[in-house]
Amino acid sequence: MALMTILDAVNKTLDEQMSLDEKVVSFGEDAGFEGGVFRATKGLQQKYGKGRSFDTPLAESAIIGGAVGMAVNGLKPVAEIQFSGFVFPAFNQIVTHVARYRNRTKGTYNLPMVIRMPYGGGIRALEHHSESIESLFAHIPGLKVVIPSTPYDTKGLLTAAIKDPDPVIFFEPKRIYRAFKQEVPETEYQVPIGKAKVVKEGKDITVVAWGALVRETEKAIKLLEKENISVELIDLRTIQPYDKETITESVKKTGRFLVVHEAYKSYGPGAELISMVNEKAFLHLEAPPTRLTGFDATIPLPKGEHHFIISPNRIASEIKKVVNF
Amino acid sequence: MLIKKFDPLKKKILEVLDYKGNIVDEKLEPKINDETLIKMYKTMLLGRVADTKALQYQRQGRMLTYAPIKGQEAAQVGVIAALEKDDWMVPAFREMAGMLYKGADLKQLFLYWYGNEEGNKFSKDLKILPISVPIASQINHAAGVAYASKLQELNEVTVAYVGDGGTSHGEFHEGVNFAATNALPLIVIIQNNQWAISTPRSVQTIAETLAQKAVAYGIPGIQVDGNDPLAMYIATKEAKERALKGDGPTIIEALTYRLGPHTTSDDPTIYRSDEELKYWEERDPLIRFKKYMIDKGLWSEELEEKQIEENNNYVNKTFKEVEGTGLIDLDEVFKYNYEIMHKDLEDQINDYKEFLESEGK
Repeated sequence: MALMTILDAVNKTLDEQMSLDEKVVSFGEDAGFEGGVFRATKGLQQKYGKGRSFDTPLAESAIIGGAVGMAVNGLKPVAEIQFSGFVFPAFNQIVTHVARYRNRTKGTYNLPMVIRMPYGGGIRALEHHSESIESLFAHIPGLKVVIPSTPYDTKGLLTAAIKDPDPVIFFEPKRIYRAFKQEVPETEYQVPIGKAKVVKEGKDITVVAWGALVRETEKAIKLLEKENISVELIDLRTIQPYDKETITESVKKTGRFLVVHEAYKSYGPGAELISMVNEKAFLHLEAPPTRLTGFDATIPLPKGEHHFIISPNRIASEIKKVVNF
Repeated sequence: MLIKKFDPLKKKILEVLDYKGNIVDEKLEPKINDETLIKMYKTMLLGRVADTKALQYQRQGRMLTYAPIKGQEAAQVGVIAALEKDDWMVPAFREMAGMLYKGADLKQLFLYWYGNEEGNKFSKDLKILPISVPIASQINHAAGVAYASKLQELNEVTVAYVGDGGTSHGEFHEGVNFAATNALPLIVIIQNNQWAISTPRSVQTIAETLAQKAVAYGIPGIQVDGNDPLAMYIATKEAKERALKGDGPTIIEALTYRLGPHTTSDDPTIYRSDEELKYWEERDPLIRFKKYMIDKGLWSEELEEKQIEENNNYVNKTFKEVEGTGLIDLDEVFKYNYEIMHKDLEDQINDYKEFLESEGK
């Protein structure tokens, strides 16, 4: 075991997988020599050479389209998009090819590839550096979308993503890249894709969150303890295909449901989760399933971003509303 | 080096046969064995017959939207004939003759245009990637394939196809540049057939040639008479040699012409003149290659007649088989989206199956 941040966990996973499997390659803009703008790929080029860890031209379509070709021809590419806000030139590749290649070729060509992207707000960055766009990918058949919230899960999920025979979009919550450390095994293990985690058991309400908001919700839960509200917190971990069973079971127990996410509200992941809860646990509900999300307004630059940050106080306030409905 | 001698900036175009089939420069004539020449010609002829019939089937309401290849057979067969079995072919969507030469089954190619994904399921050893509809996006795949070849020290090159319209696309730029910066074993064939649906080549770029785009990437580019299979063959051979030596990608602009419509939904009489069509019909690649083959004593009018009849029968028989395949089963629609189907998708199928059962199906 070793103490690691989420960022350390990304780096150690790539290192471990590259040492175990020579087919694994890592690349992106500034992701080679420098080790990425966040240093997530630091040291890999020095250890595995310029062939397996490399800088690409500033061209997202080439990064993702190139990864498609590499996967077809025997490699396991782990492509880094520097910030999720810059993925859009490659959106064509992801939607029209990455998601469809296996189906198009009737299983002849799997694409065992991972697209890593730092995402989410709260780091006082420039425009296009703060969005949460997981639903844009979760909507597309053929993709898997994963978001870890802890160093342990980061390593286990990224390992699972690299070993997965299908393409995985791996969003990294950059706001908490270095926020805290956790004991993480230094040997290989996997956290299964598609499985949520009950972070904390409770009986009054089920709250689902992921990424940076898992910790914020934990803080909210602490605030509510003195008010005697018992919250069951679920870290979704995989956005698609997501774990309906864990959520349904929990809601059947608590009778109340809140989903908290940074992404915009309309057509966001919360809409999907609430629909599912209505379909699977309608008769168990004692309050309308509710979402606390980013506003349907363009996420502001840093001087306005504080309005967009979903604080523990807001989460606690929303939980109370649902519980007291 | 041939490619350097035919500098597109100096308006040089590589040709071996003129449009009538006479050899322009004997020094350029490639030494291709008779068997290969016959296979090349026969494939071009089969491509032509299959193409003509596909259009007829579509007009009869038996085939869905189809993208004809008529007039572009040399730009395809000349290239693939210069490859080995281990080399990759990354098509756009108008490369039926090239795919046939590489070993694809006509039935399968027809299945695609018949509306069945089975048409894109080429066996791995053929090394043909599926048809790519989003324009130019396949160039990046080809670059990735070539990257993997290089990293794994595989003695193979990748040929990617794109049209004149595709060269305007960002995907083209990103892919070629990525291949160039990594010195990848890639050959980019631009089938400049002069038209992107109704948009002429002159609207795509004010550059005089498409081959000259290579200059900005720091790689060689060459304009070749794309209706001359021998010229396409030697350009590809040389590009392949460069690629395998580690010298990086080459752009080959094949000057050709789409004698048919863009697809069966298109009416080219709206946007192009009879004179233009007539000019290019005289430059039909089959006319010149047939003369070359006859001059070499490898072909004759009798063989031609016999071969066309054989092709007609073969294509008709093949299409009947395709028509016999019918609709796709429900499970087929779902089972290839993921290696292991997720639970919710299973539930969706089961719900639908329940409905079907309730309908007595």
